[in-house]
Amino acid sequence: MGEIKLMKGNEALAEAMIRAGCDAYFGYPITPQSEVLEYLSKDATQRTGMVVLQAESEVAAINMIYGAAACGRRVMTTSSSPGISLMQEGLSYIASAELPCVLTNVVRGGPGLGTIQPSQADYFQAVKGGGHGDYRLIVLAPSSVQEMVDFVRLSFDLAEKYRNPVMILADGAIGQMMEKVELFDQMPRKTEFPDWATTGKPKDKERRYITSLHIQPEKMEEINKHLQAKYKQIEKDEVRYEAFNLDDAEYILTGYGLGARICRKAMDILREKGYKVGLIRPITLFPFPKKVYKEVADKVKGILDVEMNSGQMVEDVKLSVCGKTRVEYYGRMGGMIPSPEEIVENFEKLFIKGEA
Amino acid sequence: MTQEALFAGFGGQGVLSMGQILAYAGMIEGKEVCWMPSYGPEMRGGTANCITIVSDSAISSPIISMYDTVVALNQPSVDKFESRVKKGGNLIYDSANILNPPTRDDINIIPIQGSEEAIKLQNTKVLNMIMLGAFLKTTNCVSVENIHKALETVFERYQKLIPLNIKALEVGMSYVK
Repeated sequence: MGEIKLMKGNEALAEAMIRAGCDAYFGYPITPQSEVLEYLSKDATQRTGMVVLQAESEVAAINMIYGAAACGRRVMTTSSSPGISLMQEGLSYIASAELPCVLTNVVRGGPGLGTIQPSQADYFQAVKGGGHGDYRLIVLAPSSVQEMVDFVRLSFDLAEKYRNPVMILADGAIGQMMEKVELFDQMPRKTEFPDWATTGKPKDKERRYITSLHIQPEKMEEINKHLQAKYKQIEKDEVRYEAFNLDDAEYILTGYGLGARICRKAMDILREKGYKVGLIRPITLFPFPKKVYKEVADKVKGILDVEMNSGQMVEDVKLSVCGKTRVEYYGRMGGMIPSPEEIVENFEKLFIKGEA
Repeated sequence: MTQEALFAGFGGQGVLSMGQILAYAGMIEGKEVCWMPSYGPEMRGGTANCITIVSDSAISSPIISMYDTVVALNQPSVDKFESRVKKGGNLIYDSANILNPPTRDDINIIPIQGSEEAIKLQNTKVLNMIMLGAFLKTTNCVSVENIHKALETVFERYQKLIPLNIKALEVGMSYVK
């Protein structure tokens, strides 16, 4: 068993970053994720030699990530909603240049400067590609402090396997709350780098070149086809989700991250009341676990999607079930969090009393 | 067994620390724990609160709207959270400066002369530990020994403060029959 600690989500993420052998972190403070940079500033460099740098802005940070990733290094940045918006241009370039890196968005309420309270309003931005062009991020949604640890290592692995940026889509509550975590042992930093990395041209080898600029549309279309084939492969092989009580379920609650935790409690209350309710919690938001929704659609009377936004993932749920079952949404916005009792009340209102 | 508790008061009174010490003690005891602070624009003088859940089984939602026990360190917290105590649950509060005491008759209302006792201990900052003592005696949700161990972790750099805090815990415990 690894070391057990009581940690805040943001601190756990930072500790996991150090232990995963991360080579460099570039970031800029913003509530509610500022503890990440604070934690790394303490002794990360002394421990592993990794670079920890507070950039002058989020725009600078993402371009430092671009540069360090081009050298084949394990790199990561974190921010919260407004800061992640500033990074979108760089992220599109990184996705086009096919460089591995990991970002974490500790989401807060928007739009605009919004609030510092937890939210899930950045689902579209993360999952549908917040920057320009046809690209995808692999998006993981942690629902506990433990997953803030586990997903860092997983994200680096996925990023390097597919040469694609990975986003950990957390929220202010997951970042700020403390839970018991089991940490993995310190991993060594890499000493060998991939054959595409721009580490200096050796005399007897071809010059390596990383760019997102291809003026000829014929060439750019080929690159797009290649990217889309990669995303198809990711959709085939990397779907992750958690499901509870699907066997006898007549209704399904669904949500991700913190929302799924709240739904779990709502499911328990509803089961005590005699309703056969199951729960589907997507862990990967891209690739979205379409198949499990499609499978339950034939069997259940309805799905209630719960989010801390105006209803974003619900669109993917609807696309997955293709109209085969009723899909409803309940949520709170702008930094407010729905309580389990609220979910129960709205479930009964929508599905039992028929007041749609 | 699961204890879903809320600690509330003014920023600077140490309400977040109370929950954290309880969470540490729960973890030392091998239980599942979750500590969720209100992290809004609260600061010294503003209101602050934290939810702390200690359980024998996995904790589902860290966000809850009804609590087994509420520990309130000021009037606004009593006002705000009296209605959020589950039927049969506990409302423990510092009786100093309370003009409108809680009135529900379906919960255990436990007034503690915490501020006065803190003055007797010649350190008003230990109010939170007096209240935590009352909480422990009321709920028995973790052992006192494990709270002591938690203090050693939390006060890592300030070991000299531990005896005073233990004394304050004991004072709080002595208030609850």
